[in-house]
Amino acid sequence: MTTPSLASLLLGPINAVMRIIDAPLRRLQKATGIGGMATFFLAPNMLIFGIFVLLPLVINFVYSMTGGTAFFLSERDFVGGAQYSRLFECQNYLDPMSCQEDAFWTAVGNTFWFVLLQVSLMILTALITALILNRELAARSFWRAVFFFPVLLSPVVVGLIWKWILQRQGLLNFGLYQFGMDPYTWLTDRNWTFAATIGVSLWAHMGFYALIILAGLQAIPKDLYEAAEMDGTKPARVFWRITLPLLAPNLLVVVVLALIKSVQVFDEIYVLTGGGPGTSTLFLTQYIYETGFASALRNPGLAAAASILMGTVLVVLTLIQLGIGKRGENKGKR
Amino acid sequence: MGKVAHFILRRRGAHGSGKGWHWTDVFTWVWLIGGLIIMFGPAVWLVFSSLKTPAALAEFPPTILPYVTSQATIEGYDKPLMLYDAKMPDGSTRVLAEVRRIGLVAQMVDPKAPGEIVKVNINDRTPVRTMSFATNNYTEPFVHFDFLHYLWNSVFVTVVATVITLVVNSMAAFALSKYEFKGRSLAMLVILATLMVPLSVIMVPLYSIISTLGLFNSLWGVILPTVATPTGVFILRQYMLTIPDELLDAARMDKASEWQIYWRIVLPLTAPALAVLAIFSVVWRWNDFLWPLIVLSRRELYTLQVGLSIYSGELNVQWHFILAMTVVTMIPVVLVFIFLQRFITTGIAGTGLK
Repeated sequence: MTTPSLASLLLGPINAVMRIIDAPLRRLQKATGIGGMATFFLAPNMLIFGIFVLLPLVINFVYSMTGGTAFFLSERDFVGGAQYSRLFECQNYLDPMSCQEDAFWTAVGNTFWFVLLQVSLMILTALITALILNRELAARSFWRAVFFFPVLLSPVVVGLIWKWILQRQGLLNFGLYQFGMDPYTWLTDRNWTFAATIGVSLWAHMGFYALIILAGLQAIPKDLYEAAEMDGTKPARVFWRITLPLLAPNLLVVVVLALIKSVQVFDEIYVLTGGGPGTSTLFLTQYIYETGFASALRNPGLAAAASILMGTVLVVLTLIQLGIGKRGENKGKR
Repeated sequence: MGKVAHFILRRRGAHGSGKGWHWTDVFTWVWLIGGLIIMFGPAVWLVFSSLKTPAALAEFPPTILPYVTSQATIEGYDKPLMLYDAKMPDGSTRVLAEVRRIGLVAQMVDPKAPGEIVKVNINDRTPVRTMSFATNNYTEPFVHFDFLHYLWNSVFVTVVATVITLVVNSMAAFALSKYEFKGRSLAMLVILATLMVPLSVIMVPLYSIISTLGLFNSLWGVILPTVATPTGVFILRQYMLTIPDELLDAARMDKASEWQIYWRIVLPLTAPALAVLAIFSVVWRWNDFLWPLIVLSRRELYTLQVGLSIYSGELNVQWHFILAMTVVTMIPVVLVFIFLQRFITTGIAGTGLK
């Protein structure tokens, strides 16, 4: 760097600040020793972490055992397991309407179907996309970018783009009109709206999973394929006998990752449908948000209890993921 | 040319000969072209729509490009009149302005000679349409609504949160990778464990903590809970582990303080990992929605994402403004994507983190 570049202009003042900080820190180092400095470096992160992640995690349990609408813990009454039993009070678990908290069970049911359909379609489409991107394609990075591009978009943008397309005067109806079909108000139909939530979340996140699967595919040793080719193995057999088994650990991680994200579905769907029409696209996170904050009859204790139930599911899924990761590592070492 | 085409359309071919079309070749290209349309189409449609006037947006069937019906102000008439191509009985076409319509007959005037009324059957006239970009969709929300505030809030949250994230996470990663101390593995375990604590699980108690600290309705309430990312500590620590300890020992011999070692030696060497984390952090914070929605309840504090969702949820949605602001919200992420895609894709493929 011969001329003062933009970087050095920016770094100049920062360096000066760092030099000023250095003097008191040297004194601190003298007092605590080198080991003590480790605590100093770790402290800010752990402090923020403790206040904004660990503490909430702990008081969430306390919250779930208190009642009332106040937010400050000191103003809340202890009710024991009442919130949980309220959530679980049902005559028939398969019919949400027979439950006291029918919205909760509707959300559980919706989330269940959403996760089941979205994750299976997600894995299927992501796997196909990754297999195609793994072929000898010209401009492969361009094609990869095509599928990956929506991943970075904000959920609000995704929701609004699709709300605009599914409108009565939207692009989808325009397409149908070109084929001589009648326009339809998609977002007022329960089933179509539910299908749209799955389609939109596929559109938004498929590229992410395709990318991870692609990395897995590229890690499969090429000589295996060369050997198979020399033996004249049929391509379908190569796929079932080489690609799929060697991809399996990677694929399992992707499945669990997709499950974890899918259970928490909220942002783009909230913007797209607001949970409607009716409660047809009300999912768990939205239930927690509305019970805790948004509705007139807000009940933070109930929301905390529901969030702990959801958290339990997520912890189980994460433990499975870690277990798979361990097994994969051990395999690699052997 | 032939070679280029061959390269672009490289395929397995029937019987693996590279000639002809195997079904997988057909499928590949159907998938790729279909993907191109489905992935890019909606965003392109959004951009085109955002340049249309409210009248053009309400039209069905819509046009792809933004067209408006031309109007002209004509002497003797207060309001601007719509211009039409009218077919005359003698077969010629004239550009006429419509004064009023009575049943199937339109009364029109020639803009050049406004005195004489021409009667035209309404089926014999078509509106004169010209392409026009409704750029005030973009300027008005900034001038008359709070979108300039929202934009500023979003930029503030993104930049400040990213800077704090980089500093705090790199300090923690430095401690966890370069020092031996009691409780190191415990700290590491705690950080990894919280990877599985998403916001949706702790939002109720987190909200009460934020209110207790007086950070409700403050941008700091949006920033602080997000900055101690376990992901960031993890990425940076993995990278710092590859820096040889001998380098640090040599600096200590030269009387460098630990802070100087962190600042002058370790941080510069960690630049690639810091860059990846910075890119991710910018995208995360720019896109954050649920938490700002909970913490910010005053209009002038909304971030772009919150403002957009609130405005789009109103009864009379002003789509022309919403669409334009959606494009504005999309721009930074698209820029990041175009210029830094390589970092992001390798970052995701390497760590499986989004």
